[in-house]
Amino acid sequence: MAKKILLDNIDVPGLASFEVYKQLGGYSAVEKALKNLSPDQVTGEVTKSGLRGRGGAGFPTGMKWGFIDKKSNNPRYFVCNFDESEPGTFKDRHIGQLNPHLLIEGMILGAYALGARTSFIYIRGELFYVLKIIEKAIAEAYKNGILGENILGSGYSLDLYCQPGAGAYICGEETALLESLEGKRGNPRIKPPFPAVVGLYGCPTVVNNVETIAAIPWIINNGYEAYSSIGIGNSKGTKLISACGHINKPGVYEIELGLPVQEFIYSDEYCGGIRNGNELKAVVAGGSSVPILPAELILRTTTGEPRLMSYESLSEGGFQSGSMLGSGGFIVMDHTTCIVKNLLTFARFYHHESCGQCSPCREGTGWMEKILHRIESGRGSMKDIDLLVNISKHIEGNTICPLGDAAAWPVASAIRHFRAEFEEHVKLQKCPF
Amino acid sequence: MTEFSTESLPIVNRILKQYPEGKQKSALLPLLHIAQAENQGWLSAETMDYVASLLKIQPIEVYEVASFYSMFNLQPVGNCVIEVCQTGPCWLNGAEELLAYFTDRLGIKAGETTPDGKFTLKTVECLAACGNAPVIQVGTEYFENVSKMKAEELLNKWQLENKISHTNPYL
Ligand SMILES: Cc1cc2nc3c(=O)[nH]c(=O)nc-3n(C[C@H](O)[C@H](O)[C@H](O)COP(=O)(O)O)c2cc1C
Ligand code: SF4
Repeated sequence: MAKKILLDNIDVPGLASFEVYKQLGGYSAVEKALKNLSPDQVTGEVTKSGLRGRGGAGFPTGMKWGFIDKKSNNPRYFVCNFDESEPGTFKDRHIGQLNPHLLIEGMILGAYALGARTSFIYIRGELFYVLKIIEKAIAEAYKNGILGENILGSGYSLDLYCQPGAGAYICGEETALLESLEGKRGNPRIKPPFPAVVGLYGCPTVVNNVETIAAIPWIINNGYEAYSSIGIGNSKGTKLISACGHINKPGVYEIELGLPVQEFIYSDEYCGGIRNGNELKAVVAGGSSVPILPAELILRTTTGEPRLMSYESLSEGGFQSGSMLGSGGFIVMDHTTCIVKNLLTFARFYHHESCGQCSPCREGTGWMEKILHRIESGRGSMKDIDLLVNISKHIEGNTICPLGDAAAWPVASAIRHFRAEFEEHVKLQKCPF
Repeated sequence: MTEFSTESLPIVNRILKQYPEGKQKSALLPLLHIAQAENQGWLSAETMDYVASLLKIQPIEVYEVASFYSMFNLQPVGNCVIEVCQTGPCWLNGAEELLAYFTDRLGIKAGETTPDGKFTLKTVECLAACGNAPVIQVGTEYFENVSKMKAEELLNKWQLENKISHTNPYL
């Protein structure tokens, strides 16, 4: 069995309550940190653990905390990104719903390390029922002296609140999230300045993903060495993978980074193989934004090495033959899947979710959706396929935020690896599936 | 809606205290959720103006926000809004057939409301429950692994009980 850091105890009935969480050793990391460790020591543990951001970008967490502007006299904020909207990703909900105190404990540790006195959990508006679970847990934490004034007599005080979004994928981008939290449209800001210097209300701010924050209590309890001894290369620790699509056992799995993809897809401990005994056709390994890979390239790299579930291995081969770990949204497609149609749903998604600030993204996502619709419905031409590639190239790298890239990569990669299928749509003048 | 109900006011006041002094505009999204619920599921100009006056901001600051977020309806909706996810993972697991079932049964297309005002059908993008696709949302509730049979059961139930999906999400 793989090591469980985030999902340990997840099946224990009543885990969402303070009593059960506490009985299982919960809040011991807060006690340890607030009594025995300085904020810098907490940051040090997280830095040395090798923990990387689990929201998609994989940026080293401790290093990000280190950027917080300490010279500023403004208050500092620690914000949890619970926007979870990347198609194929449903891991944060799992934590928030079943183990809200783990998230709260991580928030306290992060806020303490950063010197924040107020923190927010920004959660997508569709998940109001999870917001209520977390608010209830927060109220319990206040009642038990874990939040509020002078936590556990340490002299450190923290207020923690939940804030709902209202349906906008772009608010997962951290500067759009901060805009939204200020009661505005979710338009990403131009960086720099980065939130660590100019964040919420213009104050130094760190935004982290739910899963990143949930790993912190374990690191503080067990020490950075225990965490960094798990995993492979620069992919330390465990990662939640949201597995969905045409597999026998969809769900949220905690893996040790470095697990072979083959094992993840086919072993009964995880996905349990392809449904109906079908053949694996393709995988989008890290949420809809990352390049799609055909079966042979997701299982093995071009050099014949087994592909592993890690930041390095999944991106090996660059965009020619590799992909990315991203948010860990693992979408599996069997041989009955029309790649063009699947891509069309993604293109529609990005068009719908573009905030509209940059012309290449606003217009390009609409064009790509339209052209894909044309091809899928049998009215496309061979030129359309090249036009798609061309548009994707003009979006990539030319926008304020990475949503543009996220819209371009799925299109470029689907055509790179499945061009024949696009051509077949054109030749047959209909979808072959 | 002319003002928040007496049940909602304490919640509104609690929310207003979550932000530092002078940053009460942050309460806009939470307050719009409550206002929409108390205005039959949509945000009329009058409702938005009321929220603007409460937060001491310009009405335009509310309109521009309300029009940005897909959960806010700027037109009247039916009593029960059924939101069907259409993004890749749900599509892989039959979301299109599920949507077709709802359009057939209700006799309306996505984006429309039944003539009796009971149901509105909406397509939405990824609801972050892809492991249990296909997924639909009604009010604050998620329904997952929705087969046609399950959809039929739900629809019958909602029809019988005159389901209302716009309730204060904080309650
Ligand atoms: C379009 C877009 C959507 C994003 N959505 C999310 C999201 O839903 N959740 C999340 O944690 N990060 C999301 N991110 C990444 C955040 O910008 C940010 O990198 C992350 O919250 C940082 O936390 P981490 O370092 O702990 O991963 C998104 C980024 C982009 C560009
Ligand atoms: S890339 Fe798209 S989503 Fe990002 S800021 Fe530009 S228009 Fe908005």
